[in-house]
Amino acid sequence: MGAGKLQVALYWGSACGGCDVAVLDTNEFILDVAAAADIRFWPIAVDGKYRDLEAMADGELDLTLFNGAVRNSENEHVAKLLRRKSKLLVAFGSCSHLGGIPGLANLTSRDAILATVYHGNASLEPGSSGLPQTVTPVNGAELELPTLYHRVYRLADIVAVDYFVPGCPPAPAQVQSVLTAVVKGELPARGSVVGAGERTVCDECKRTKSTKAIKRFFRPWEIIQDPERCLLEQGILCLGSATRSGCGVRCPGSNQGCRGCYGPAPGVTDQGAKFLSAVSSTIDSKDPREIETILGGLPDFISFAYRFGLPASRLQRRHGG
Amino acid sequence: MSYEPRIVGFLCNWCSYTGADLAGTSRIQYPANVRVIRVLCSARVDPTFVVHALASGADGVLICGCHPGDCHYAEGNYKTMRRFPLLKRLLAAYGIEQERVRLEWVSASEGQRFADVVADMTERLRALGPCRVRSGLEADLVTR
Ligand code: SF4
Ligand code: SF4
Repeated sequence: MGAGKLQVALYWGSACGGCDVAVLDTNEFILDVAAAADIRFWPIAVDGKYRDLEAMADGELDLTLFNGAVRNSENEHVAKLLRRKSKLLVAFGSCSHLGGIPGLANLTSRDAILATVYHGNASLEPGSSGLPQTVTPVNGAELELPTLYHRVYRLADIVAVDYFVPGCPPAPAQVQSVLTAVVKGELPARGSVVGAGERTVCDECKRTKSTKAIKRFFRPWEIIQDPERCLLEQGILCLGSATRSGCGVRCPGSNQGCRGCYGPAPGVTDQGAKFLSAVSSTIDSKDPREIETILGGLPDFISFAYRFGLPASRLQRRHGG
Repeated sequence: MSYEPRIVGFLCNWCSYTGADLAGTSRIQYPANVRVIRVLCSARVDPTFVVHALASGADGVLICGCHPGDCHYAEGNYKTMRRFPLLKRLLAAYGIEQERVRLEWVSASEGQRFADVVADMTERLRALGPCRVRSGLEADLVTR
């Protein structure tokens, strides 16, 4: 990256804030970052205005870590601004990489979401029926709010992205290794997924795998699980077989099913459809009616199968209707 | 131009493809709307193939395999039988109509049955209209 300090920005689009916290979770390493980098823009941690960003020269930033999905006009505007100002733009975390949890909104419509939140919510004051307006006149001035889009996008749907760091959030050790690679200029080919593995979570999972033959699925709290045995074999959903490795098997290692936050494993074109095969192959039945009954025990399969990546699926959103 | 449904048909080598072949050699007429892909077993049809076909412009996907008990690989078609209802549920959540995907058991001797299945599916898809899977960006994005 040449002499002098790295010029760095961090930004959140539609996100929960966990990715920013994950950067801070690198503990004292963040001090090394601060020694090697000038943090020019980071809404959660340092003061800064969009006009500061607008005033920068194109390419003035060496690196931007962008977390969060793009789902409104503000997210889109800042994504485009940061793209222009940054030499390297990294989609950081599941939402930016794949659409993330906010991406599940693509299973419904913007109008249905607004109606639920502003009209159909039990906690609303009686008679309250206003929707937020993008422009509101107040005392002769105009106040502006961003426009909520019809669907949630990945960062790469909107601007060119140089690298992808998966995870919800990315694991601290991976964040550290990515930042170190940037500082040393040791990055792989542009467009790569970095800070992750090239196998599946199952490949790295220590649980024993044998025959899968289940007659019903269990929610995690409905069963005392065997901590040594594959969760899927016990009827507990685990997305490990369709998911990219690299997190250190955080969830199955803590007795939870993998939710797939590292995104599709290399070679998997559609994480949810791939996962479907793994789930259905656990069923022990040759009777179509019994199979239906067993599958009936999966209340909201699609939200599990694509929990972090619906906008990245081949079908991307709900169609027609 | 009037709408002609496009069906991608995955046919297992041992029963259904031979059945379709029999329909041909017996000169049974059926709609030309199906594009056949020969696979060794219906279980080879990974659900990602079906999703890929629909996302790439197919209006329907037909999977045909040997009747239960007759699979060349003993249990392959049971695997398909377990996957298929979950696949339909997944597609339904995307707003894709149930009739767009179909699983049928067709033996090597059932040329007529294969032809009937294709004719019936073509008519149903014709009534349903084109599959509305759209990808890409929506008009509400700001471009600045
Ligand atoms: S399915 Fe889950 S529990 Fe089973 S081996 Fe894979 S990661 Fe481990
Ligand atoms: S086990 Fe799965 S959900 Fe958990 S951190 Fe790893 S990739 Fe993410």
